[in-house]
Amino acid sequence: MPLLEVEGLRVAYGKIEAVKGISFGVEAGEVVTLIGTNGAGKTTTLRTLSGLLKPLAGKITFDGQVLNGVPAHKIVAMGLAHSPEGRRIFPRLSIEENLALGAFLRKDTAAVDGDLQRVYELFPILSERRAQAAGTLSGGEQQMLAMGRALMSRPKLLMLDEPSMGLSPIMMQKIMSTIAELKAGGTTILLVEQNAQAALSLADHGHVMEIGRISLSGTGQELMHDESVRKAYLGED
Amino acid sequence: MHDLPDQLTNGLALGALYGLIAIGYTMVYGIVQLINFAHGEIFMIGGFGALTAYLWLPDGTGLTLALPLMLLLGVVCATLVAVGAERFAYRPLRGGPRLSPLITAIGLSLALQQAVWAFYPDAKKARPFPQFQGGDFDLGFVTLSREDLFIFIAAPVCMIALALFVAKTRTGRAMQATSQDPDTAKLMGINTDRIIVLAFAIGGAFAAIAAVAQGFKTGEVQFRMGFIAGLKAFTAAVLGGIGNIYGAMIGGLVLGVAEAMAIAYVGDIPGMEQFGGGSWKDVWAFILLILVLLLRPQGLLGERLADRA
Ligand SMILES: Nc1ncnc2c1ncn2[C@@H]1O[C@H](COP(=O)(O)OP(=O)(O)OP(=O)(O)O)[C@@H](O)[C@H]1O
Ligand SMILES: [Mg+2]
Repeated sequence: MPLLEVEGLRVAYGKIEAVKGISFGVEAGEVVTLIGTNGAGKTTTLRTLSGLLKPLAGKITFDGQVLNGVPAHKIVAMGLAHSPEGRRIFPRLSIEENLALGAFLRKDTAAVDGDLQRVYELFPILSERRAQAAGTLSGGEQQMLAMGRALMSRPKLLMLDEPSMGLSPIMMQKIMSTIAELKAGGTTILLVEQNAQAALSLADHGHVMEIGRISLSGTGQELMHDESVRKAYLGED
Repeated sequence: MHDLPDQLTNGLALGALYGLIAIGYTMVYGIVQLINFAHGEIFMIGGFGALTAYLWLPDGTGLTLALPLMLLLGVVCATLVAVGAERFAYRPLRGGPRLSPLITAIGLSLALQQAVWAFYPDAKKARPFPQFQGGDFDLGFVTLSREDLFIFIAAPVCMIALALFVAKTRTGRAMQATSQDPDTAKLMGINTDRIIVLAFAIGGAFAAIAAVAQGFKTGEVQFRMGFIAGLKAFTAAVLGGIGNIYGAMIGGLVLGVAEAMAIAYVGDIPGMEQFGGGSWKDVWAFILLILVLLLRPQGLLGERLADRA
């Protein structure tokens, strides 16, 4: 039984169906990536998994429990953390307060302190700026904060929505190598990316989304060598 | 009465009262971007709650004894009404068109006025509110009335308690997060519905305290007292930068002082004699509001909307 199982998920904004029946799973310990063009429905999928959007149909099972109908604020407690698209850090709170909010529901204060140190080790720049308002950070630093904040809940599954969006190549490298580091440490990750090359090289499994559907699935390696993927997403003719 | 320190004191007391009410507008707006136009009536309910507590007590109970009970019942009534309004009038409309809660607020205001009227059939005429016994304190440079002293104690206590709560407690941090980005706050595990209820509750409690203060100041409560007070406090909230709790208090103080100064001194300006005195005070308050909206629409402490992520 996979850690996360999505079956026949459909999600609509009013009359517009953005996700039109997708199924996929994530096994504990693996990195799964959803790639696809703008508007494919990747963010919609993640927001539905987090309970921010209500599905039209389909079933979401996480860690043996059905997530349908569970309010968003209870889902993180079940072990599903979400680093949202566009980072969405709390700009007028300090870095440390942002990180503390990531552990909002945790009662194990000693372990939370340990995790805070771990995040600071992962991203030393955050440690240096811990008292600074998060809104003053650069885009890349904000991305680190968003990831660190999600990690602070000590999730069973970490969902990252376009962590490399809008970053310089160097910053993108840094973020991707952090994801690799987390993977090596055993963190289960569902990664949404437009940077297909980077995502597929990290992922155990990948799914290509096109206008609300999964058009192709395979291991990261398979997809990276697939003719159509190379054409559409890796910029080759 | 034209003595500057006395006028300033008067203005600051009035302003602190506006500021306390304005907190309710600004907190709710900061979290759900909703102007609770029934907040003036919640203030009024607080006043009647306090009066009811006083009337329950045996005749001739001194205010020192009665005051805690009056505050308690006023706060309980106003808070319950505020929370009920959120739960039953505003929450069902959340996510709908912007205009619906506004219309609901008008209906709710009228309903609350009528409800009080039903309990107090002569509430229209104004009910006498208990008064402090004993004279003013003469501090040399200024005389301080007992009513004003009450406000000068109550307002800072409320403000400091709120500021500490928001900045230092876990729930306060959750409140800030919800106001900055409600969806992401949910991702942190914050029950944002509860935070919204809390914002209404705090606003209701502060409004009730302000209503007691106004009862002392004017010597009466009546079922329409929420209208002008609410409008003034809303002005204060906008003046200070809506969404900002410190702005609400500062906006209140600026408004109160401006009003007191205008009442006392405008009539002394040659050619402006007919505009002096109390009858024009509301006009000055709203002229100030219009000026701020024209010159600094984000308010004194507000950020430009572009700065809000
Ligand atoms: N709040 C919304 N209201 C209406 N339609 C929306 C909303 N959010 C997204 N959509 C639509 O749903 C579809 C899927 O959007 P979604 O954001 O899930 O795509 P995405 O794969 O994450 O794209 P991107 O790579 O650009 O982030 C798009 O057609 C989009 O226009
Ligand atoms: Mg997206």
